[in-house]
Amino acid sequence: MADPTPPVVLEVEAPAATETTVRTLGRDAWHDLVRKPTFIISAVLFLFFVTIAVVPSLFTSLTPTDCDLALSRQGPSSAAWFGYDNNGCDVYTHTIYGARASIMVGVLTALGVLILGGVAGTVAGFYGKATDTLVSRLGDIFFGIPLLLGALIVLVSFPGNAETPELVTISKVVLALAVLGWPQIMRITRSSVLQVRSADYVQAARALGAGGARMILKHVVPNSIAPVIVVATIAIGGYIAAEATLSFLGVGLQPPVVSWGLAISRAQDYVRTSPHMLLFPASALSLCVLAFIMLGDAIRDALDPKLR
Amino acid sequence: MGRYVTRRLLQMIPVVIGTTFIIYALVWALPGDPFAGRCGARPCPPAYVQAMTDKYNLDDPLPIAYVKYLGSLLQGDFGETFQGLSVGEELLRAYPTTVKLALVAIAFEILIGIGAGILAGLRRGSFIDNLVLVSTLVVVSIPVFVIGSVLQLFLGMRWGIFPATVGGDASLYNLILPGFVLASLSLAYVARLTRTSLAENRRADYVRTAIAKGLPQRRVIGIHTMRNSLIPVITFIGADFGALLGGAIVTEGIFNVPGVGNLIFRSITTRDGVMVTGAVTVLVLVFLLVNLLVDLIYGWLDPRISHG
Repeated sequence: MADPTPPVVLEVEAPAATETTVRTLGRDAWHDLVRKPTFIISAVLFLFFVTIAVVPSLFTSLTPTDCDLALSRQGPSSAAWFGYDNNGCDVYTHTIYGARASIMVGVLTALGVLILGGVAGTVAGFYGKATDTLVSRLGDIFFGIPLLLGALIVLVSFPGNAETPELVTISKVVLALAVLGWPQIMRITRSSVLQVRSADYVQAARALGAGGARMILKHVVPNSIAPVIVVATIAIGGYIAAEATLSFLGVGLQPPVVSWGLAISRAQDYVRTSPHMLLFPASALSLCVLAFIMLGDAIRDALDPKLR
Repeated sequence: MGRYVTRRLLQMIPVVIGTTFIIYALVWALPGDPFAGRCGARPCPPAYVQAMTDKYNLDDPLPIAYVKYLGSLLQGDFGETFQGLSVGEELLRAYPTTVKLALVAIAFEILIGIGAGILAGLRRGSFIDNLVLVSTLVVVSIPVFVIGSVLQLFLGMRWGIFPATVGGDASLYNLILPGFVLASLSLAYVARLTRTSLAENRRADYVRTAIAKGLPQRRVIGIHTMRNSLIPVITFIGADFGALLGGAIVTEGIFNVPGVGNLIFRSITTRDGVMVTGAVTVLVLVFLLVNLLVDLIYGWLDPRISHG
């Protein structure tokens, strides 16, 4: 009976109205991001490396244990683009499979640091006074120990061997880096929380009788976490490099685990005759670190209203 | 000024105590027999174990042993290693090399870092600017040990331009390559910092005034803009110098530089606890003192910042 045409007219008019609607900071940042070439490049690289880490078998038909000693240290050829390493293992396969351990260490360390430093920084910034002094001084103490040096001492004190499960080796490195790296995030969270703490909406929540936990979770954290996330993203690149450095020094990940740092460490002894063993894993490592740093940089630029 | 320095010095005390305690606890209190492998294949004779236990207070609870250690440290006695070497003498022997290496690295940071930053900052958006931005990003993403290994392979071994290792002869020429590798990361930061700072100041009121007075371009940039722009750069380089004086484990390891970093790495891997705690104490102290000095210089360079 009734003709359903009138609503169609309304829908046609609707898009003109959305053009003028106010965008939130997140939407605005996203709008900026997708137009930035550095973001596109780093996001593609990021997805590429994550895919490699999750399903390495998509990229190579071999496994890291498919080695033939007869092929030891043969250079790149059409059969093996990256050549073979000392044990006759395909360097390409090892580079692909090495992504998982490296990225896992980087991401897990960033998460650990985010939890430790985030909680400490929020508590210090929000409650102030003696709590702040205590947490800040504790942070100063850990900040005074150089990351690499501290991690070295921790890892040498808890040595592993070939029988240690892969996950235990990885979590040891993650713990060592997170325990020494948290003050950086703590300081950023603290200063970010300090800015938010005196904001009107927090005072309003306090006046309405909100408790400390509610104010922190509902008002302070959502409004202060953006710069912290950005720094943590950039730091992932640094942690991947730190893991590789520790493995290179022989105390990080241990041989049954396949990682870029270990491959580079092994290549050191044959660098004069077979530089391909060094150059390919080193390039993969650098490219991965670059992806995370560029990604964090791009997000920071988009979230920072001062640069508009 | 005097009160500021006193307050900062007093604030250092808990940090130094905390840092040394953590290192001391990590080295001595962790599971594992400190005498394992100390006497070759045989277990150590009881008399030796007894003597060493007494010497290092291993029977005391950790806090008491630590306080005893701190007591002798305050008297300037760094103790002796398991081999009977004086820790103080070993540190004195290694330190000049590390200082020399740090100075070479700082020279590179000043020459290349500030130079590239000025070129980029004066012509924002130009080809040189983009080149500096991209190349610094690339340098930041390559871990130091990769840069070190690759430069050692090409400049040192393949083309023989620089000596590949330093060894006992730490002459200035031998330290050029390791110094550059050590500087690479900070060099990129210095370039970026100089560029940003310069670009910001070129729009400042006093620069416009200088141009309006009819001063030649050379004087406006060379005297007015540069002096103000370099303040944050100088403080960054100063803080970096403090960190470099702590020794560079990776760079010194790759190029076999007989400095503090090498000494610390060797003593960590051989679990030589006295040496590790002694060296870390010294480098934390140096780091904190240099940072205090940098803050004082900052106030002197920029009178707007007062340490009243």
